[in-house]
Formats: sequence, structure tokens, C-alpha cells
Amino acid sequence: MTDDASTSTEPGTSTPVLRVRGLVAGYDRIEALHGVDVEVHQGEAVTLIGSNGAGKTTLLRTIAGLMRPWRGTVEFLGEDVSRWPAERRARAGLALVPEGRRVFAGLTVEENLRLGGYPHPRSLAADGLATVYELFPKLRDRRTQAAGTMSGGEQQMLAIGRAMMSRPKLLLLDEPSLGLAPLAVREVADALVELAGRDTTLALVEQNATVAFHVARRGYLLDRGTLVTAGSVAELREDPRVHEAYLGQPVK
Amino acid sequence: MTSLAQFVVTGFTTGATYALVGLGIALIAQVTGVISFAQGEFVMLGGLTFALLEEKGLAAPLAALVAIVLACAVGVVLERLVLPRARAGRTDQTIMLTIGASIVIEGVALVVVGTEPHFARPFTKGSALSVGGVHITPQYVWVVAITAVVLVAMWLLLTRTRVGWAMRATAMDAEAAQLSGISPSRMSLIVFVVAAALGAIGGIVLAPLQSPDAGIGIALGLKGFAAAVIGGLGRPAGAVVGGLALGIVERVAAGYLPGDFSGYSDAIAFALLLLVLLVRPTGLLSALRVERV
Repeated sequence: MTDDASTSTEPGTSTPVLRVRGLVAGYDRIEALHGVDVEVHQGEAVTLIGSNGAGKTTLLRTIAGLMRPWRGTVEFLGEDVSRWPAERRARAGLALVPEGRRVFAGLTVEENLRLGGYPHPRSLAADGLATVYELFPKLRDRRTQAAGTMSGGEQQMLAIGRAMMSRPKLLLLDEPSLGLAPLAVREVADALVELAGRDTTLALVEQNATVAFHVARRGYLLDRGTLVTAGSVAELREDPRVHEAYLGQPVK
Repeated sequence: MTSLAQFVVTGFTTGATYALVGLGIALIAQVTGVISFAQGEFVMLGGLTFALLEEKGLAAPLAALVAIVLACAVGVVLERLVLPRARAGRTDQTIMLTIGASIVIEGVALVVVGTEPHFARPFTKGSALSVGGVHITPQYVWVVAITAVVLVAMWLLLTRTRVGWAMRATAMDAEAAQLSGISPSRMSLIVFVVAAALGAIGGIVLAPLQSPDAGIGIALGLKGFAAAVIGGLGRPAGAVVGGLALGIVERVAAGYLPGDFSGYSDAIAFALLLLVLLVRPTGLLSALRVERV
């Protein structure tokens, strides 16, 4: 996986944005990840796929700093951030759109977005807002609405917009399509494709293979806490292990 | 009728102190998930330090400043003690720790200052006004005015400043706030310091009306907790209303009951707390809140 022809940059020559090595993590005494290696390079859109319980969320939460690794390291822009608290990683440009969106329900859309820009001086907020509203025009129309009263799809757009307000150097997304109506799934997927096209480096966790393969160029397959295979989306599409992992999943 | 109005006025001033303590408890609960039973000690620290320094001849504003700074410093110590347990999810331990801290603070105060109450002069001289037979001393006006200023300042802090926004975000969803770059441990420290200052101010304004001694903290902490619970724990405005209501109810009821005044007034406050916990543990104001949203 070190030499990947499908990436636009040259993985061998530049420092990856994210390098995860031998990551072991879990909850209480239950080990959920058994030594995982992942790399994401500048400008890449990568997906982490796998069935329920594969450890995808654990992996993202450990990368973002919401969980501490038991062993292994997380390197971000060449620096070992394994011991950094989540807020420090966020300020350094590592953004996570968490599972379940987690918008501040009682605040308005614009207030949510402004909180997303918390690491930066206020003067940058207007610029960030303009970018987010351009990407999600719906959010502009609803900017004074309480976030909790919006539909799931709109909340997901807000959660992504909030993360973009921090001007991330790497955007992690945990199941952005989960629980959304089919139309909203498409809107979110299109927005992610748009973001990927703008050179946003992103890593996407998805159970919905259609969305994952639509957005990403390259991916990893996780199964029960272990990396099974990695490759280009075209390779993964043909891989029987991918089909096995998604057996019984609704694949559009 | 005149006596009722008098009880309301008197109750309102003690209620203002309960409101400030309750506000501190509600803010701490929201931002950190910890219920602090030590907040009454900050009223004691503020009031007693203020009265002592004033007795020693220090100018009142300076005495007040020193009292607030001292309370804030103790607030920092309390936070450092409680936070690691709170972060490990040991909420039961944090409650015990705050109760323990309360006892320790009181003990240290007893050793340093002794058991006697100390007297603070009213902020300004002047005789009481009589409005329709109701006696209003200048200190009552000071209590209400200072409490009002503090509450407005708190509202501005929470709604207009960056740090206030960060505190509210942490209260709403600590993890999501963290992902936006907000440090929960810094917010915890700030909220403990703010709550300590609120308690100290409550103690300072009350000191000329009820001479503070080292032992007043525990009862005040429980009444502040009652205020916060009446308001629906974790709702800052509710705690303020709860505190004022508690002060008034306690004084009015005690005024009409025969026998020992202060003994009954405590019993009434705690009976009210029990009643709210039994009947409506989410607070008396929770129904109002639902309609607004």
C-alpha cells in the first residue's frame, strides 16, 4: 500500500498527511483494533470500509484523539500526535465529523458553524462561512434556524460545514450517510465528491459501499479489527472479500 | 400586608445569595457534569474574608477584591481535586470529594479565624427608606443592584464572548466541542473559578446583613443546590429564579410560623428541596422550557 498508482501525489516522496502504525485500541478490556496501518496522502480521498463492528469508528476516534491508543502511533503531518488531546489535534487541522452528526441542537446553524471556526481568529469566520454556504446553499437559507429542528441530511451538511470551518488539513468522516433518507444520502455524497475535487484530504468511514466508492479513489477493508486488504476503488469493487463484508447490506 | 411585603423584601436579599450559589452549581454541573456541594464554602470564604479585612480597616472595595481572589484560588484547588475523577466517570466520587472539600475548607477556616461571627459595615451609610411601611435599608438596595449587575455580566459572558461560547458548547456536547478545538479541562477550570467568584460575591453582599462565621458554608451550599434543582439542574436562569424563590418562600413561611425563626427557615428550604426532588426532579421550570423550544 505504500506505492499507490491511483493517488495524485507521489506517496514515496512526500510525508503523508496521516500515518497510522500498528494501532491497537479498544474499550475497557475489549480490544477492537489489533494493529492497523493506514496512510493518507495530501489531496487524497480514502475510504475505510467494513461491516458493522469492524472497528472503523474506533479507528477514527483514536485518530481524532477521542480515544487513546493502547499501542501504536498516529502521525499527523509528520508529527507523532498519539498523546495529544483531541482539541489539540483539532486545532492542528485534524477534523472529525463524528458519527451521529452531533450538531449543537439548541444553537442556530450559523452559531454551530462559528463554533467550528473556534480555533481561528474571528476575522477568518466570514471567509469560512462564505465557503461553507457556497458548498451547502441550504445552510445559508437556514442560518438562523435551530440546528436540532433540521432534517438528518441538513444536520449532516451542518456537521460537515462545521468541520470545514476549522480549515482542516485532514477531514475524517464517520458514517455520514447513516440514517439518512436516500435523497439526502446522495446530496451528502455529492458534497463529499465536491470537497474531494477541491483537494480536501479526506478519510471516509462508510457502511454504504456505494457512497464510499463514489467519493474515494482508494480504500481499506477492515474486518474485526484487522486490515484485510487495501487498494484502489476499482480493485476493491472486484474483491470477493468486500462483497462478503457487505453481504446482507443494502448496496445501491 | 405590610409584614408580608417586608418578608418578601428580606427574603429577596438572602435569595440573591442563593441565586448566585445556585448559578455556580448549575454552571459547574452543565460544563463538567460534577455536582459540587462545596459551593457554599465560597460564600463563607468571600463573606468572612471581606468582614475580617474590613474590621482590620481595609477599604471595602479592596477587601472585596481580596476576598474574591482568595475564593477563586480555592476554586482552582477544588477543580484540580475533582476533575481527574470526573473525567474517569467517577461521578459518585466527585460528589463525596466536594462534600469532603467543603468540610476541609470549613475546618481550615475554623482553625484560622475561630468560631465567632465577624461584622461588615453596610456598603454605604444612610437610614432605611420606608416604602409603604416596608423597611428598605441601603444594603438591600446594594444586594439587589450588585446581584443584578453580576447576572447581566454572566449573561454577557455566556452569550457574547468566545470563552462563554466555548463553555456553552462544552455543556451541550463535550466531545463535539473538543472536536472544534475547545479544551474541556480549561473550560472546567474556568467554570470552577467563575462559580467561586459568584459565591464569594454572594457572601460579600450578604455580610453586612448576616454576619458570616466559618460554619455558614454547608447550609448555604445545600440551599444553592436546592435553588439549582428547583430551576432544573443545569439551567442557569432557572437556578437564579430558584434561588430568589427559595429566599422569599423561606422568609415568608418563617415569618408566619411561630417559634424560632432561623430554625424553621432552614427546615422549609430543605423540605422544598425534597419536595422538588420527589415530585419533579427535572425542576419546576422544566415545563416552561419545553414550551419555549
